[in-house]
Amino acid sequence: MKPQESALRVQGLTKRFDRPAVDALDLTVRRGEFYALVGPNGAGKTTTLRMVAGLLRPDAGSVAVFGIDALADPVAAKQMMAWVSDEPMIYDKLTPLEYLEFVAGLWGIDPLISEPAAQELLVSLGLEPHLHERCEGFSKGMRQKVALAGALVHDPRLIILDEPLTGLDAVSARHVKGLLGDRVRSGCTVIMTTHILEVAERMADRIGVIAAGRLVAEGTLAELRQQNGHADKSLEDLFIALVDVEAAAA
Amino acid sequence: MSSTADLTWFARHEIRLAWREWLAMMTGGRRRRSRAVIGLIVFAAIMHLPAYAVIGRFADLTLPLDKSSLIVMTATILLAWALMLSQAIESVTRVFYARADLDLIMSSPVRLTNIFSVRIAAIALSVTAMALLLSTPFVDVLAVMGGIRWFSAYGVVIAIGLSAAAVAISLTIVLFHLIGPARTRLVAQILAAIIGAGFVIALQIAAILSYGTLSRFAVLTSDAAAGFAPDGDSIVWWPARAALGDGEALLLLLAGGLILLGAVMAIFSPRFTDTAARVSANPMTGQQGSRSKAFRKGSRQQALRRKEFVLLRRDPWLVSQTLMQLLYLVPPALMLWRSFSDSSLAIVLVTPVVVMAAGQLAGGLAWLTISGEDAADLVATAPLTSARVIRAKIEVVLIAIGGIFAPLVLALMLASPLQAAVTAAGVIVGAASATSIQLWFRVQAKRSQFRRRQTSSRLATFAEAFSSIGWAATAALALTIPTAAAISGLMTAGILAATWKMSPRRS
Repeated sequence: MKPQESALRVQGLTKRFDRPAVDALDLTVRRGEFYALVGPNGAGKTTTLRMVAGLLRPDAGSVAVFGIDALADPVAAKQMMAWVSDEPMIYDKLTPLEYLEFVAGLWGIDPLISEPAAQELLVSLGLEPHLHERCEGFSKGMRQKVALAGALVHDPRLIILDEPLTGLDAVSARHVKGLLGDRVRSGCTVIMTTHILEVAERMADRIGVIAAGRLVAEGTLAELRQQNGHADKSLEDLFIALVDVEAAAA
Repeated sequence: MSSTADLTWFARHEIRLAWREWLAMMTGGRRRRSRAVIGLIVFAAIMHLPAYAVIGRFADLTLPLDKSSLIVMTATILLAWALMLSQAIESVTRVFYARADLDLIMSSPVRLTNIFSVRIAAIALSVTAMALLLSTPFVDVLAVMGGIRWFSAYGVVIAIGLSAAAVAISLTIVLFHLIGPARTRLVAQILAAIIGAGFVIALQIAAILSYGTLSRFAVLTSDAAAGFAPDGDSIVWWPARAALGDGEALLLLLAGGLILLGAVMAIFSPRFTDTAARVSANPMTGQQGSRSKAFRKGSRQQALRRKEFVLLRRDPWLVSQTLMQLLYLVPPALMLWRSFSDSSLAIVLVTPVVVMAAGQLAGGLAWLTISGEDAADLVATAPLTSARVIRAKIEVVLIAIGGIFAPLVLALMLASPLQAAVTAAGVIVGAASATSIQLWFRVQAKRSQFRRRQTSSRLATFAEAFSSIGWAATAALALTIPTAAAISGLMTAGILAATWKMSPRRS
C-alpha cells in the first residue's frame, strides 16, 4: 500500500518501561477502515495507541497520520485525530453541552458548525434529558457517551478508541457501535482496542492481534482463519490459539 | 463473630486506615517513609524554637491568674477548639463523600449502628491525635520551663478534641437533614473555612474598630473585656485552669468531652446509617449547569480559559478557600477604611496581609489549573502545543488574582498612592512566584485531590509558603525600612532560585 493511502502508518514503534511494552511494531491502517486491535492484558495495545495519539513519546520508530509525521508535527496530526480512552475524560462540573463547546473550541471548530453537531450527537446518544446537568452525577456509561460525543464533535478523520464499550449497557453499546459504523461509512477511519471479540468480529474490516508488544497476526477474519488453518473457528478460538502460541514461544 | 469482636475488628481497621492516610499525607505516599518520618521528627524538634519564642514567656504563669491572663488563655484554647472543629467537619464530610467503602460496610452482615459508632470515635481520635501532635512543641516548652504541671495541657487538648469532633458530627448530620447531601458538602466546607478563620478575624475586627490595631490581644487584654468577663471561679475558665494544672478542672473537662461524644454516638449513630445511605444512593445528581446560550467563538486558548474559569467558579474547595482568603482580607480592608479618617501608621500592615493572601491564593489557583486537570488526555491530544496550554492556564491565575485584589489596591491608592504601588508590585511578584513554583512542580492530578496537593511535594509547599511570607515582608519593609526590603527581597529571590534548582521541571 502507498503511504498516502494509509490513515495511520506506524514503523518500528518501540516503548520500554521495565520491559519492552511495544517492540518494534509495524502497523498500517487504511483510510476509511475499521481496524480492531485485540490482545491479552498487558500486550501493548493501549501503549501503542497512546503513542499514536501523542500521549506518550516512543523510544524509537515513526508514526504517520494521513502522511503527516506525528512526532515532528504533532499539532497538525492531532487536528485530524480523536482519542477516547476507557476512563472517560470529562469534567464533573461541566454539563455535556459545555463540555462539547470546550472540545470544539480546542479543535478550533466554528460554533455555527459545532453547536448543531453537538446537539445532534448528544441526542443520538440518548443524553437529551441531561444536556444541562453537570456530569458529576452521571453513571460510567453516561460519562463514556459524553466523552465519545466530545471525540466526534470536531469531525475527526481518525478516531482512536481504547475499550470504548467498557461500562456501557447493551442499548448504549448498540448506539455507540451504530455511530462508529456510520462514521466509517462516511469515510472516517476507526482504530479500536477491545476485549469483546464479538465486537471486533462483527464490526472490524481488519483485525490485528498483538501479543508481547508485537503484531502476531493481522487480516480480515477470513484471512486470520486461513493463516491459522482453522476455517470454521470463531475469533475467540483463533485469538486463544494465537496468544497461546506466542506465550509458549516467549 | 460476636458484637464485641466486630467492634474490635472494625476499630482496628479504622485506626489502620487513619494511620495510613496520615502517613501518606505526611510522606506524600513515597516509599522511603523512614526518611520522611526522620524528616518529620527533625521538623517537630525544630518547631520547639518558634514555640519557645511564642509561648516561652508564659511558662511561669500560676494559679490564681488575673482576669486578663485568663481571658488570653481561654481565647487561645477557644481558637484551638475552632481549628479542631474546622478539621473535624472536614473529616466527617470526607467519611461521607470520599471513602469508597460505604457500600461495602452497608452491605455487610454487621450492626451498622455499632460500626458507625466506631467510625465516629475514629474521627474524634484522629482529630485529637493531630491536635496533640501540633501542640507538642508548645506544651513541651511550657513543661520544661514552667514544670510538669503544664503536661495537663495535653488533657485539655484531648478534651477539646473530643468535644470538637462531637459538635462537628452533630452539625454535619443536621445539615444533611436540612439541606440534603449535595449542598451539605459545599456548605460544610465553607463552614469549616469560616470557623477556622472566623475567630481570629472577629477579634481583629473588634481590635480595629476599638483600638485601631490589627492585634487581637488589644481586645483580649482591655479593661472592657475584663469588665464583661465572669468571676474567677466560673466554668468558663475551666479550660485555662486545667491547662495550668488544676486536676479537678481537668477531670471535669475530660468527663464533659467524653459524655458529649458518647451522647453524639448514641443519638447520631443510627442516623449516620440513613445519612450514608442517602449519600451513596444519591451522589450529586441534578446539579444544573448554566443553560448556556449559543456556543461562543474564540481562539483555542480562549476556550481553555473559559473552561478554567467555569471550573474555578464551580469548585467547592476553591470557593471555601477563596472565601477564607477574602475573610482574612476583611480586617485590613477595615483598617484601610478607618485610615481615611485617621492618619494612623498602622495602615502599613495592610500591605503584607494583602501580598501574603495573594501568594497563597495564587498557589491554590495555579495547582487547580495547571496540575488539577481532570481531562489531561483530552487536552494533551488537542491540536495545540503544551506551551500554549500552560500559558492559557497561567493567564487564568493572574486574571483571577487581578480581579480579586485590584479593588483593594485601588482603594489603597486613595489613601496612599506609594503604598498602593508597592502593594500592587507585591501582589504581582507574590502571585507570579507561587504560580512558578506550581509550574515547576506540576504533577498530573484530579481536581478532587486539591486538599492534598501539598503531599505531592513538601518542597513546593514550603517554598510556596516561604515565598509568600518573604514577599509580604519585603513589601512591608519597602514602606518602612527600604534597605532591609532589599535584603529581604534578595533572600526571597534566593529561596525561589534554590527551589527552581531542586525542581523536577528544571530540565
